[in-house]
Amino acid sequence: MRKTCRRMIVGIAALAFAVPTIAAEAKDKVKVGFIGPLTGGTSANGLGGRNSADLAVRLRNADPKAKYEYELVVLDDECKPNVAVQVATKMAADKDIIAGATHYCSATAIATVDTYHKFGFPVIVWGAVLPDITYRNKYEEVHRVNGTMINQNDANAELISKLGYKTVAVIHDTTDYGKGHNEYFSKSLAKIGKANIVGTFGVTAEQQDFSSELTKIKALNPEVIYFGGLTPIGVRIRAQMDKLGINAVFDGTSGIVSDSYIQGLGPLAEGTLAFREGAPTEKLPGGKFFIEKYNAQKYDNPPEAYGAFAFAAMDMILDTIEKVGPDRKKVIAALADVKDRDSIVGKITFDDHGQNTVPVITKYVVQDGKFVEWDDSDYASGKRKLPGQK
Amino acid sequence: MAGRVPGHDGGDLDMDAGLLAQYIMNGLMLGMMYALVAVGFTLFFGVLDVIKFSHGDVLTVGAFAALATYVGLHAAGVNSSWLDLLIMLVLSTLAMALLGMGIARYLVMPLRSAPALNTLLITLMLGTVLRESVRLFYPQGANPKPFPALLPRASVDLGGFNLRLDNVLMLAAGVLVILGIQYLLNRTKLGLAIRAVAQDEETARTMGINFTAIVLITFAIGSGLAAFAGVMNGLYYNEINFGIGLYLGVIGFSAAIIGGLGSIYGAILGGFLFAGLQTIGTVLLPFASAYKDVFAFAVVIAIMAWRPTGLIQEKISERV
Repeated sequence: MRKTCRRMIVGIAALAFAVPTIAAEAKDKVKVGFIGPLTGGTSANGLGGRNSADLAVRLRNADPKAKYEYELVVLDDECKPNVAVQVATKMAADKDIIAGATHYCSATAIATVDTYHKFGFPVIVWGAVLPDITYRNKYEEVHRVNGTMINQNDANAELISKLGYKTVAVIHDTTDYGKGHNEYFSKSLAKIGKANIVGTFGVTAEQQDFSSELTKIKALNPEVIYFGGLTPIGVRIRAQMDKLGINAVFDGTSGIVSDSYIQGLGPLAEGTLAFREGAPTEKLPGGKFFIEKYNAQKYDNPPEAYGAFAFAAMDMILDTIEKVGPDRKKVIAALADVKDRDSIVGKITFDDHGQNTVPVITKYVVQDGKFVEWDDSDYASGKRKLPGQK
Repeated sequence: MAGRVPGHDGGDLDMDAGLLAQYIMNGLMLGMMYALVAVGFTLFFGVLDVIKFSHGDVLTVGAFAALATYVGLHAAGVNSSWLDLLIMLVLSTLAMALLGMGIARYLVMPLRSAPALNTLLITLMLGTVLRESVRLFYPQGANPKPFPALLPRASVDLGGFNLRLDNVLMLAAGVLVILGIQYLLNRTKLGLAIRAVAQDEETARTMGINFTAIVLITFAIGSGLAAFAGVMNGLYYNEINFGIGLYLGVIGFSAAIIGGLGSIYGAILGGFLFAGLQTIGTVLLPFASAYKDVFAFAVVIAIMAWRPTGLIQEKISERV
């Protein structure tokens, strides 16, 4: 008897030693999920999002007032739809996981909405921008904290027209993501009616060589090359433009707002345009707080463009679980009426499709190896000029 | 596809000479890289009758080895482009030659008596290991990496044709390497031994040829070529990433097959043919360029149906 007692004490002591974060009174454990591209060409963004979601969980676990202790389950969708459906099924089928912050890539987010709906698994999308993710269906499980690609393409077309460019060639990847960008940008540009699209080129998301497409574009001699796609091929296209002596503005989307775009190109990145929903991280209401806390954790990778959204998504999930308890149905019900909720990315309001309205679009231009806000840049002030800028 | 601006002279049919030259140059550069990879596949198949699927990823490792060498040289204060390039080429070629020998010695040769499928699978898996290792262990390896432009960047713009000195130099270097391989195989004793092993292993052994040594040397040559192609790929695109070898491997393999596995000329022909098909697929077909690979591979399938053993029939094979 005494022996068992002692053994138990030793066991408990060992446990306490191994997990020093466990509070005096043990809290119930609750699992929450994160899915993003952790490997492959867009992994920089995925890892930034993962770290940001992890930060939200850590801060919550450090909070003595929290009712539960949270465990983050992280899965990798590799930015591939087929893999995404598998991991989404794995996560949604695990009844212990209450909700998830999911997907950076639109191609994976759109592929998985049906899965989440089928399993009744509440998710908040943290980075994918394709409108269809929230708007194609009316799934009560699916929400999104970041904006859609419609607004950023409006802003993009507007800037290009305002700068007086008349001819644009479009390159887009042939995933739902790239096709969406092409569609909304083309529509928006046509609506303004000042610039023409002289050619549209669909390319595969893993393509290495763009010399044929670019040679064809060179013959069309556009002032602007619009690119609807993600960082890896964005880097290649920009580099190969230079090889062929094409002197046009490289006009990207939120898909290339990433430190790895600049690292991949060096000085060639200068003058690239890009657009993203939401204010720049440092200008967000909770931006300073987020950056400070993020840096304190000494993660290997920066949060990247959508880290703040991943944090906000995870934080909202944790808030909701704190309020209604670890029950998927109750979480879904609670997420249905989110109005003017404060978060580090500003007030969040989900419409009837679970879509947050993000009115602000940030226009970026790469200047001296950084994504600088257009309005603050030397290009807007006229100190520097984009190719063909008047 | 979108309409054309009125009055613009970039039509498909009235393409001017400058543009045509540009397309040909693009195709030649692409074809040279494919050919260098395809020659490796064909060499391995020649001596051991195996298909080594990790070949493309050896190319990736070669390119990254060259990049790491460059970073090292830069840190050591070497600032001559030519010296950089020379050391990078030598080191990465040697390193990949060693890697190729290692793969042959410890993975491929032990499986000699097993079904060929096992070799194919094990090298396929090794390719994944190499690729993922670059991604995980090279600093920030998941991101695209800028590759230094070490060749002179002079260029002449001839109408629509941007003739770049670095492209000309790379093409010339590629031609020299291929000629060198050709010379080695056909005019030297080592080449004779390689051809003897390819033709009949047993007889070659009885003639006193060291079979193991010849196989290892062949793998070293093929893998060194991959490293060369990797550096060339980096210099051409000024960007490398951990995935470059996968695609080049598939295309190099297809090129070797349409040319006729085991034939050096076939591999070269196949490489240029494939690049030509891709270029034609983008330029002349009325539909979006996204389908250029569909087009190129469809033609490859058609060629294989027409000539199952490749365009250039292998003379040295014992297959029926």
